[in-house]
Amino acid sequence: MLRLALEARTEPQRVMRVGAPMLALLLATLASAPLFLSLGLNPLRALEIFFIEPLRTPNGISEWLLKASPLVLIALGLSVGFRANVWNIGAEGMYTVGAIFASVLALRFGAEPHRWLLPAMMLAGAMGGMLWAAIPALLKAYANTSEILVTLMLNYVAALLLGYLVNGPMQDPDGLNYPQTASFGASALFTPLWEGLRINGSVFITLAAVLLYWALVERSFLGFQMKVSGLAPAAARYAGFRESRVIWLSLMVSGATAGLAGMMEAAGPLGQLSPVISPGYGFAAIIVAFVGRLNPLGVLLGGLLLSLLYLGGEAVQLSMNAPASLSRAFQGLLLIFLLAADVLILYRVRVLRVP
Amino acid sequence: MTWVIVPILVGTVVAATPLIYAALGELVVERSGVLNLGVEGMMLLGAVAAFGLRVAGYPATVAAAAAALVGAAAALVFGFLALTLRTNQYAAGLALSILGSGLSGFIGHNYGGRSVESLGHVHLGVLSDWPVVGPVLFAQDPMVYLALALAAAVSWFLYRTKAGLVVRVIGEAPHSALAIGYDVVRIRYLTISFGGAMAGLSGAYLSLSYTPLWVEDMSAGRGWIALALVVFSSWRPARLLLGAWLFGGVSVIQLFVQGFGAVLPSELFSALPYLATIIVLVAISRNARTLRSNAPVSLAQAFHAER
Amino acid sequence: MSAPAPASRFTLELRAITKRYAGTLANDSVSLRVAPGEVHAVIGENGAGKSTLMKIIYGAVQADAGEIRWHGRPANIPNPAAARRLGIGMVYQHFSLFDSVSVVENIALALPGAFDLRRLAAEVSELGNRYGLPVEPHRPLHQLSVGERQRVEILRCLLQRPQLMILDEPTSVLTPQAAQRLFEVLRRLATDGCSILYISHKLDEIRELCDNATVLRAGRVVGSAKPRDVSSAELARLMMGASPPPVHRDPYSRDPVARLSLRRLSRAPDDPFGTALRDVSLEVHGGEIVGIAGVSGNGQTELVSVLSGERTCASAMLMLDGADVGARPVSARRELGLAFVPEERLGRGAVPLLSLADNALLTGHGRDLVRRGFIARSRVARFAGDIIERFGVKCSGAAAPAQTLSGGNLQKFIMGREISLQPRVLVVAQPTWGVDVAAAAFLRQQLIDLSRSGAAVLVVSEELDELFEICDRIAVLFQGRLSPPSARADCRIEEVGLLMAGVGPAFDAAA
Repeated sequence: MLRLALEARTEPQRVMRVGAPMLALLLATLASAPLFLSLGLNPLRALEIFFIEPLRTPNGISEWLLKASPLVLIALGLSVGFRANVWNIGAEGMYTVGAIFASVLALRFGAEPHRWLLPAMMLAGAMGGMLWAAIPALLKAYANTSEILVTLMLNYVAALLLGYLVNGPMQDPDGLNYPQTASFGASALFTPLWEGLRINGSVFITLAAVLLYWALVERSFLGFQMKVSGLAPAAARYAGFRESRVIWLSLMVSGATAGLAGMMEAAGPLGQLSPVISPGYGFAAIIVAFVGRLNPLGVLLGGLLLSLLYLGGEAVQLSMNAPASLSRAFQGLLLIFLLAADVLILYRVRVLRVP
Repeated sequence: MTWVIVPILVGTVVAATPLIYAALGELVVERSGVLNLGVEGMMLLGAVAAFGLRVAGYPATVAAAAAALVGAAAALVFGFLALTLRTNQYAAGLALSILGSGLSGFIGHNYGGRSVESLGHVHLGVLSDWPVVGPVLFAQDPMVYLALALAAAVSWFLYRTKAGLVVRVIGEAPHSALAIGYDVVRIRYLTISFGGAMAGLSGAYLSLSYTPLWVEDMSAGRGWIALALVVFSSWRPARLLLGAWLFGGVSVIQLFVQGFGAVLPSELFSALPYLATIIVLVAISRNARTLRSNAPVSLAQAFHAER
Repeated sequence: MSAPAPASRFTLELRAITKRYAGTLANDSVSLRVAPGEVHAVIGENGAGKSTLMKIIYGAVQADAGEIRWHGRPANIPNPAAARRLGIGMVYQHFSLFDSVSVVENIALALPGAFDLRRLAAEVSELGNRYGLPVEPHRPLHQLSVGERQRVEILRCLLQRPQLMILDEPTSVLTPQAAQRLFEVLRRLATDGCSILYISHKLDEIRELCDNATVLRAGRVVGSAKPRDVSSAELARLMMGASPPPVHRDPYSRDPVARLSLRRLSRAPDDPFGTALRDVSLEVHGGEIVGIAGVSGNGQTELVSVLSGERTCASAMLMLDGADVGARPVSARRELGLAFVPEERLGRGAVPLLSLADNALLTGHGRDLVRRGFIARSRVARFAGDIIERFGVKCSGAAAPAQTLSGGNLQKFIMGREISLQPRVLVVAQPTWGVDVAAAAFLRQQLIDLSRSGAAVLVVSEELDELFEICDRIAVLFQGRLSPPSARADCRIEEVGLLMAGVGPAFDAAA
């Protein structure tokens, strides 16, 4: 009888570090083919629309980078926590609250040309996200409450809060009763880098974040403490690394980045606050973090990949009448196959003959 | 005030039912030492499967059974990742939730707006006609009663059978269980399948009876609430029922308070279940000692037989 | 015990058993034979391959080559259940018992078939009394002491009517007197016809109890002997290949001032099944080594974590160089000159997946290895390299992950790291558990040298021999209470053994 056995490698396989995400992408693509077929769509054509079409025009590339920016930013923040085994699943909520905080400033001051407005909005966005993240941080640090469940619940609360605000106090009085705020004035918006394209200066914020993340995680002692906390909590306690510090840092950083990303989206392509402010970025960023294996370059590339998936999903929706949930299904498949493929990095698969 | 109390109580029992199914399943899973974050996704897959079969004309029992099978199948995928490949259990569960949400939305994208015949209420003669008690306890639909029966069955299983004892000790010390000859991985696969089937049934209840139509992501976070319920119940079925009724009550309150011309926004009431979940979690987790003494020791840790 | 007519006069026979783990040969063509009623010792130092061999016999691990014969017929043992069906019973060193359920439920779990707790409880009581292993069937297991738990483990084994019983280091958790009682049980079992495989590295015990011995070294059989006919020294030579290196103790002159001071330290346990510390008082001076003896489960874990700072206690109970540190965290205590070697190496003393360099940083960060929040990598590498060199750690370099080191080498690294911090007070738990003899001798010498250079050293150990070898004063921990320490010259093993069982004036007074 044959049996599959997993044998631990003595050293992680280098090739698979890059190979695993590629393999996962391939498998997810194969697994989603039946979905396309069931719609009566040619899978190959669908894949072309998904992955290649969006990049054919300058506008396409601009959209690609524009969408990747918040994904990467949020994922970097989440990765800080994931390394320390702090599981923030509430990036959606923090993103939303960050957008809300930034929008308050935008609506109040956006009509006049203030040069400090955009930086203030960035600060507000980050603080909004941190405030929302302070709740699970406090509850975990002082009451041992699972951050997974608290952050998840707060996602729903944040969405409801947003719904209330855009239907009520923050609703655009001239907006024909649509659930949205007024459009932001020019000084509350990022200016596009090039005429006709939507990509704006916020991408530089993300690039700066990549560098900061690298410095924190690879070089700083704080990053070391968090790594140890994630790998061996008992060793972290033995070494005197405070658990509460790790919890707060993880959640504050991910809250700030998510909130900032929310601000970037509201003050960028959207230009206002509405319930569609997040097409699920908070969850997609989790996948980005995993695809990127929690390291800076990987997260950057992972963000670009998932951004492409989003664009492709929209394109397939428009041109082939496929439902929006197809993208999400693909994302789920991608994560599953990635987790499976990752095993090959740490283990070798052996086929044994058992007597 | 009876005209308000009865609907509230009835509504509580009804709202608690999907939570009972999903949380009972997850309770057994966690007792064996595994944490499945994919309950939400499995619920949705069950919901869409049951709905689809019903739309196609199959009887409700077949639809519900299919939902259970679908949930179990999804759980097996999770099990493969978590038990055989030993990936991070949180990530594997999340992946299933995301997949479940997307896949169910995809399968159901044509069902929006359609409705099916509801399950219909059981009529137990004189009992059902009793004022107050009658409609609340004796005139619910069959799946409500099934949930309660399952709760009793799970309790009996865990505390009165050898198999249940085995499940419990596997959660406490899987290596010791292996040492005395139990196939920890195989037993965990079984509990995970049960959990998935229960999540599927929970979804079936949502789309067949609770609101007999299909809406994308119609579970609205109940899967996560069910996970919180398991913690709240200290991994004990009796307390789980209590918690489910508590949550059921909180989620129906909003429908009735609004009717009283409340000044507070409707969104606040919609947020109550989620806020209540947080509060309840804090209350139960605060004492680290009790938390540790109740939780299965090996929860969410990958099991390596060689170590 | 009615077995089919044996095809050979041996219950168990191993022929050329070989097992390889990534890179090392754990068992190299090992052969041995055990007859019915024979008590057969398998001797070897830590790392010689004894555990692996037992796991193969018990079905937890599969051999790569070789043959197992049961009553003369070739046998295949793919898992523990199969071993049990054949009639092999195993009493583990680290018991496979479950705290949350009762004694009889624990036993029922190991038996196949239906669940009749009442009948089983009666059987357990009867068997326990017959063999001198009394237990109360319905007590929850977490209430039992370690010695009582071992009884449950043995009874669980006996109820399956084994023809071969394997015991892995059974006396490591017993007082000397309890060990004697165990030997009586084993002798009775042997008289009833059961074969016994006895794993140990305690040569005196083996000479007392065992009929035959197989000696393993580095995975191979290097000899067999009849223990009663040879001296301990000869057995030791077989085991290690050379005479054990002597440990050199300079005369002891301690500082007048106590560096570590425990004053009626009392604390409830965090763990629901833990032991409360009660009125523990002790002073450790610079220049001396104080040892704390005791069977595991009497509060050692709690005491050691309160000393290190991983758990805190009330003020005025713990003084470090005169400073009240009971409520202060680990970092504050380390800054005051405390270093600590924990019992668990992988996972607490070192992070398995991180390199030795990173692990050096784990507690070494106070030594100028971190500048303005950033890690000074070259300094860290140098620090790690120094430790590796000075302490003779066998590894592939400072970049090697901690989990690739053998137990002895990892312990050398961890202890080396802590000693390199030049502590004023060093607390060590189980310094040489699972460590090969040469490394153990080296580590013990390091502790002695450290104390003679002026540091205060506190050693908590379950190995009485070790404590008697290196300590200047010895105290005993029993159920969370500490006996007043006596000078080593004034101690006798029998007395200490009694104290470990709670017998003596120190523990008579009701707390």
